[in-house]
Amino acid sequence: MSAVFGHANEPPTAARTRPAGRRLPRPARIGLYAFLLTAAAFFLLPLYVMVVTSVKPMEEIRAGNLFAWPVHVTLAPWVQAWLSACTGLQCEGIRGGFWNSVAIVVPSTVASIALGALNGYALSFWRPRHGEALFLCLLAGAFIPYQVMIFPLVRALSMLGLFGTLPGIVLIHTLFGMPVMTLLFRNYYAAVPRELFMAARIDGGGFWRIFVQLMLPMSLPIVVVALIMQVTNIWNDFVLGLVFAGRENLPMTVQLNNIINTTTGERLYDVNMAATLLTSLVPLAVYFVSGRWFVRGIAAGAVKG
Amino acid sequence: MTPPKRRYRNAAATLALLPMAATVVFAYAGTMAWTVRVSFSSSRTLPASDFVGLRQYERLFETERWTLSLQNLALFGIVFLVACLVIGFLLAIFIDQRVRGEGLLRTVFLYPYAMSFVATGLVWQWMLNPGLGLQATLRGLGLEGFTFDWIVRQDMAIFAVALAAVWQSSGLVMALMLAGLRGIDESLWMAARIDGIPAWRTYASIVAPQLGPSFATAFVLLAVTVVKVYDVVVAMTLGGPGLASEVPAKFIIDNLFGRANIGLASAASTVMLATVLAFLAPWLHARRRPAHGGGAFAA
Repeated sequence: MSAVFGHANEPPTAARTRPAGRRLPRPARIGLYAFLLTAAAFFLLPLYVMVVTSVKPMEEIRAGNLFAWPVHVTLAPWVQAWLSACTGLQCEGIRGGFWNSVAIVVPSTVASIALGALNGYALSFWRPRHGEALFLCLLAGAFIPYQVMIFPLVRALSMLGLFGTLPGIVLIHTLFGMPVMTLLFRNYYAAVPRELFMAARIDGGGFWRIFVQLMLPMSLPIVVVALIMQVTNIWNDFVLGLVFAGRENLPMTVQLNNIINTTTGERLYDVNMAATLLTSLVPLAVYFVSGRWFVRGIAAGAVKG
Repeated sequence: MTPPKRRYRNAAATLALLPMAATVVFAYAGTMAWTVRVSFSSSRTLPASDFVGLRQYERLFETERWTLSLQNLALFGIVFLVACLVIGFLLAIFIDQRVRGEGLLRTVFLYPYAMSFVATGLVWQWMLNPGLGLQATLRGLGLEGFTFDWIVRQDMAIFAVALAAVWQSSGLVMALMLAGLRGIDESLWMAARIDGIPAWRTYASIVAPQLGPSFATAFVLLAVTVVKVYDVVVAMTLGGPGLASEVPAKFIIDNLFGRANIGLASAASTVMLATVLAFLAPWLHARRRPAHGGGAFAA
């Protein structure tokens, strides 16, 4: 049984060398690079356009050249996007959304990782009765479209007085994050030698003590993977924040969409692109800093039997 | 490593799994049952407890917006899945040819995946807008006849959305495939080389079959994206022009919160649920009998 996470300790730079025979002949190699560079241009184009548009005055944008480097570089659109871009009549920029997103992401990430680790630990080592069946149901839940659950959850949270509150949206993210987080930790712990657990049992360790003192300290690599996944996913969420967070706690993605798609009057493309970049800054920073760890999160579900 | 049969049951372990059990029972199973039940009632603004049989379903399939949403989802799904898998696979194979700057290329191909679908939709909305975007730019550069106005065309808007989504997600396939390629035994390449098999045949006949699990994983992750597609449509086209890029998820949210049509929305949700379950059931069945090869998510 080899879990993807078995590789989590591998040095992140190991690029394997191929046998020399696989080098392609020269014309083929030119074609190869042509393809890769064209693809790279396609993937980079939107980022370039975003950046260029966000530092261009509106008069230059109206000239109609998407790719042109600005004649007068200005940071005014960024300031405006942060401080004073309008949603309807409110002109407070996107900073409120930024802090709302921070307030949602931090507790949601901590809660979902803690629960995922606990579930994975209990399932892997203690094997409670019907644990596997329960886990299977949880996993199946990951495939159920949100829309099926949204309205009953709205009613349930209303009854609990949590609808439209910060604890409410945190709870929702924790619920929806549980399948993948549990899978992640369950598979990670499955690769831990059972003898280790047995030894701790013989030494008199109980459920919580083994979890906190033995397993959690060993879980750093997978916690990092989980952290990357949850911060990115929850920051990028739109529909859950839209429905559950309430007017006071709308996350940055929702405010971004409101700023751009509900404006009346002239559309300020420079401000729009600055706001879009601002909203993408956190996940992009996570991505560029985490490097290959990010890929491990993607492959989280991918476990060979 | 065969785990010992003896189980360590413990009150604490059972207690610790209570949140998970509660999630499955209330948040998943309970809400699903509720939605299915409401789909058989006459609920409009508030849930009603009567029983009207399949009337909401009849209404649903007489609603043009719903049937169009289904068509759009099918078109979007096919284009998105095929394009992501093909582009991702090709990028992975090409990157695997010991190219220079491999790390940089990988970073470039995957970064869109870190961005939200909202941001993705907004960027592409801006680039594809015919007045100031790509079309205007290329015309300004002398390509007078250049036309790229999908986003404002009834028959093409859904493909504009698909283009944006493919840009966002194909890096995912590349990353998964590349991991799969790197996992293939080196000696296979040696053997193929010694036997004088051309590289493309080695890929088609030897490598591709071994990438099955990576392929399955990519497919499952992309398929989940297709079913849930909402954000990118809202950000990019708001379902327009007209109904040209409406999707089921948007139909449901709009009817739940904008149009106070809870019964109708629940019927639509139930249709989606049934469709997903139809695909999920074989997988769950397979999981009950292990050792049937390794598919995605098989743990």
